[in-house]
Amino acid sequence: MSSIRKRAASIMHTKIIWPITALAAILLFNLFFVPGFFNIEIKNGHLFGSLIDILNRAAPIMVIAIGMTLVIAKEGIDISVGSVLAIAGAVAISLLGVVPLWLAIVAALIVGVLCGLWNGLLIAYLGIQPMVGTLILMTVGRGIAQLITEGKVLTTDDKAFGFIGKGFFLGLPFSIFIAAFVFLFVLYLKKRTALGLFLEATGTNKISSEYAGVEPRKIYLFVYIVCGLCAAIAGLLVSSNISSADANNAGLWIELDAILAVVIGGTSMRGGRFFLAGTVIGALFIQSLTTTIYSMGVPPERIMVVKAIVVIVVSLMQSDRFRRVFQQKNKQAVAG
Amino acid sequence: MKLNLRINQNNIIILSTLLLIILLYGAGSVLYTGFFTWQVFFNLFIDNAYLIIVATGLAFVIITGGIDLSVASVVAFVSVVSAALLQEGMNAYAVMAICLLIGILFGAAQGYLIQRFDLHPWIVTLAGMFLARGASYFITTQSIVIENATYTAISKFKINLVGSNFISVSVVIALAVVAIAIYVAKYTEFGRAVFAIGGSERSAVLMGLPVPRITVLVYTISGFCSALGGIVFTFYMLSGYNLHLMGMEMDAIAACVIGGILLTGGFGYLVGPLLGVICSGIIQTIVMYQGTLSSWWTKIAVGFLLFLFILLQRVIVIRRQRRRIISHAAGKPAPNGGDRRAPASV
Amino acid sequence: MNGNVLLKMDDVSKTFPGVKALSGVNFTLRKGEVHALMGENGAGKSTLIKVLTGVHAMDKGVVKLNGRLITAKSPQEAQMLGISTVYQEINLCPNLSVAENLYIGRVPKRRGSIDWKRMNEDSERLLKRLNLNLDVKQPLSDFSVAIQQMVAIARAVDMSSGVLILDEPTSSLDNQEVQQLFDVMRKLRDEGMGIVFVTHFLDQVYDITDRITILRNGALVGEYETSKLSKSSLVSNMIGREWREEDEHRKKEQSYTSEVTMSTQALTRAGSVKPVSLSVKKGEVVGLAGLLGSGRSEFANLIFGIDQSDSGILTLGSETFQSMNPKKAIRKGVGFCPEDRKVAGIVGELTIRENIVLALQAKKGIFNYIPLKKQQEIARKFIELLRIKTPSMEQRIDNLSGGNQQKVILARWLATEPSLLILDEPTRGIDVGSKGEIRKLILDLAKSGLSILIISSELQEMIECADRIVVLRDRMQVGEISGDHMTETNIMKMIAEGGGSHEQYSQTGS
Repeated sequence: MSSIRKRAASIMHTKIIWPITALAAILLFNLFFVPGFFNIEIKNGHLFGSLIDILNRAAPIMVIAIGMTLVIAKEGIDISVGSVLAIAGAVAISLLGVVPLWLAIVAALIVGVLCGLWNGLLIAYLGIQPMVGTLILMTVGRGIAQLITEGKVLTTDDKAFGFIGKGFFLGLPFSIFIAAFVFLFVLYLKKRTALGLFLEATGTNKISSEYAGVEPRKIYLFVYIVCGLCAAIAGLLVSSNISSADANNAGLWIELDAILAVVIGGTSMRGGRFFLAGTVIGALFIQSLTTTIYSMGVPPERIMVVKAIVVIVVSLMQSDRFRRVFQQKNKQAVAG
Repeated sequence: MKLNLRINQNNIIILSTLLLIILLYGAGSVLYTGFFTWQVFFNLFIDNAYLIIVATGLAFVIITGGIDLSVASVVAFVSVVSAALLQEGMNAYAVMAICLLIGILFGAAQGYLIQRFDLHPWIVTLAGMFLARGASYFITTQSIVIENATYTAISKFKINLVGSNFISVSVVIALAVVAIAIYVAKYTEFGRAVFAIGGSERSAVLMGLPVPRITVLVYTISGFCSALGGIVFTFYMLSGYNLHLMGMEMDAIAACVIGGILLTGGFGYLVGPLLGVICSGIIQTIVMYQGTLSSWWTKIAVGFLLFLFILLQRVIVIRRQRRRIISHAAGKPAPNGGDRRAPASV
Repeated sequence: MNGNVLLKMDDVSKTFPGVKALSGVNFTLRKGEVHALMGENGAGKSTLIKVLTGVHAMDKGVVKLNGRLITAKSPQEAQMLGISTVYQEINLCPNLSVAENLYIGRVPKRRGSIDWKRMNEDSERLLKRLNLNLDVKQPLSDFSVAIQQMVAIARAVDMSSGVLILDEPTSSLDNQEVQQLFDVMRKLRDEGMGIVFVTHFLDQVYDITDRITILRNGALVGEYETSKLSKSSLVSNMIGREWREEDEHRKKEQSYTSEVTMSTQALTRAGSVKPVSLSVKKGEVVGLAGLLGSGRSEFANLIFGIDQSDSGILTLGSETFQSMNPKKAIRKGVGFCPEDRKVAGIVGELTIRENIVLALQAKKGIFNYIPLKKQQEIARKFIELLRIKTPSMEQRIDNLSGGNQQKVILARWLATEPSLLILDEPTRGIDVGSKGEIRKLILDLAKSGLSILIISSELQEMIECADRIVVLRDRMQVGEISGDHMTETNIMKMIAEGGGSHEQYSQTGS
């Protein structure tokens, strides 16, 4: 086998190639079928266009998915992020006008940390299965958010708060900077501290890691707190963007989008190795897909069908067993 | 295995659930007049018949160690399909047959993907959930009212029990499903294989059990039960709407947990989901009778219960492990490595 | 010799991509014999078994069962043909009852339903045949590993038509349990069953088997009658070099100083370790002998803080501790190679480099990151030092052989520059060649001033390596021997007789 083919094969085995291919495919599709998709105009010193829109809308998913990547890397899952997002939004908006803006934001973030702490304690220290542990907050969380908003949809016209999710900075939506900051921060944790090694080690083999002096429980607690914090940040982005807190619908099903972004990004649901850049691309892909479908004029309700099919196709492509079946068929075809 | 009424770690959860039902019902009866009547009790079943069916089907999946998140969407999808077909004037029984077929095929397809390509059940059934919700939009985005004579007749039909108190046809169907599930789990090879897979899938394969077939089958059962639940739900609502029962999959999972189905698989009694559903039903009724509490208190209360029961499951698993270690230390020990294997969490 | 041939494999070959796993191997199993299948790791034992049980398809060769050609395409097919296998890990369902574990897949039925009553009765009868008296309605998880293993054998025996394969069934059993298992095997043999027995323990081979087939590098070395093959020729046939009895009796030169690295005073944990007091000096190798469950591994777990002690004092260097945890232990200079390498040693998905630096990184803390360059330096150093055979340090550790994996775990601890290294079964389940290398390494490390606490179920190994052996029995410290008193006979006597013999051996410890 020539070295080029070998290298090609090794690239094919790199997990990041899949989300990039998917994203490229969807952009290519838009290039041909959606006129003006790549147009970017400057209005009032801000950039406008579908691509910018995608970036802006993908920001909350991205932020949550980054937190979720860490959780999934340790073989966990956090399905409460949608509820935490709703709680954080409710806290922030209900406090606006009562306390200074910065305090409202900090309070929302603290609530996120507390939610993460709760999940982390259940999972790390009581040993409850992650899906089950976070299920509790998922169910109760929306009820709590309802209590905070007293069952109403709270609205705000605070300009400064609106800047978080709607404002522009250097011509780009401000939310992108927040997402980028979260990404860089977590990337720093992975690459410049031992968090990456410890997470991948505990995600692969908890007992061995423990015997090697890693403290899995602390790591678990930490990743759930980060995940809760990310959900709260996303809560700020979302509630600021729509200038309201809706306990029922804010962040509904965002946990699914986030999990999809992580899985498309190449991180296995079975824990171990994780890919932050893959997650970001996965989130962009999901949002591009949604936007594309919108701009194709397909009724928005049907997006879910497309998402479902994409999920299945992507996970099939990542499945070793599927590839093996496929390769065998190829081989037979060559032999025959 | 005769029926033994000794309290042990296997049945303690279900006994606690029973006790809880009695306590909650007792509390409701003391607090509110008109609570302690047969009809209020029967209404628990009438209002939740669909959930009992769905949760019972889901229990099989959970016992193998899997999960099915698509159940609520399938119920909604079936309600839309039924409403749309009935509007076209199709025969009511043919509609039901089609719905059941849809459920079976849907479940089998999910099971096949999970089993054949080793995909994560979370992901596949998540996609199934999207697919079913989205697919109903292809039919309609509106709520369709059902006026079919057969459906309304079944919906209105009252089976009198204890004087003028009544139950619905749906309740009979739900109880039949539970009875069949209990029999299947205990007295058929399929049922025991489901438990075996939940205990150790690898071992099940090596012991010669047809694991692939059974895996596909449990998801098929879950799909079938969701469709049946959908039909029963349609009787109850007499309308088809895609936004019906958002988030109901979590109620079904909660019912299983409160009913003592171990979420890691391998343990549980099939009567459990029924008890779990009744439990949350009583809470809902109490909140309703209280009058001033808003309905999201039900959510918080059920969530709290969920928390308690998950904690209970956890305590039992820990105690089981500890007992094993002690019995080993006292008698002839296991290798050290054996006991320290990843603590099986709840 | 011909008349009672049960199973015959002729000229079996199997190639995996890049590896010739079996080439032209013959194997014959007769009625009423226990037949050992021996060889180093990679010799082809497990491939041969997997071919026989239908896990792998063979490229070439024939298998005849009772004179008839068979081809099993899956373990289930092999099972149906009457070839039953019991593996090292117990492949039963812990949540099901004993009876179900025996009969699942072929349960007795009455009018379409499972006949629980008959199933339970049949189970009791079946287990009685193996001299086991259990409550068959109890879940399997309520019983010890040994009993679970017996249940697995009972199931296999009941489904077998005369061929029973036991693939390292004794790895997790203690001596008494092994004897119990051997009793069952003898009984089955006398009933005419042919048993293939795979094990790493030489003593067990001589204890129970009638014949030995030896494989090396995928080829057949030969078939021998056990009684006519000496231990040394067995081993030399396996590793392919002359092996002398003296090799095993190479005593360690005494190289320790009087400085105490670690000592315990009445360290206790209820239900696992009764008060143990011992000390290890700088450069000293101390062995912990005893049967499985005697408290030897449990004691090691206390020192490393995996389990918490209830009372007693642990001293490391000049500090004393009431409680311990792994991270603290590592910081204080303790390293620990656990007994079960797969479960508690390696981190399968990570590379060799990452596995090596893991403990060092944990010691330094999460924010004190070791730069990649430095990591590679460390990994390279230990790959060379321990002669770990791998194409690259970026290989996943689970691609290595057992012996090399163990070396990586050793490297992980050496990288933390410990003052005390605890080795729990450092050579279990690895091939004879690597065993020798690891033993030599232990001696070299001690010479360089490292204190070592070694636990091994191979007494000879400890005698070879240790300066001193502390004997535990029934979770109690019963004595200590050193120097020329360290012989298998003396140790076994102490294990058997218990505390009474305490004084008659010299005590070098405090």
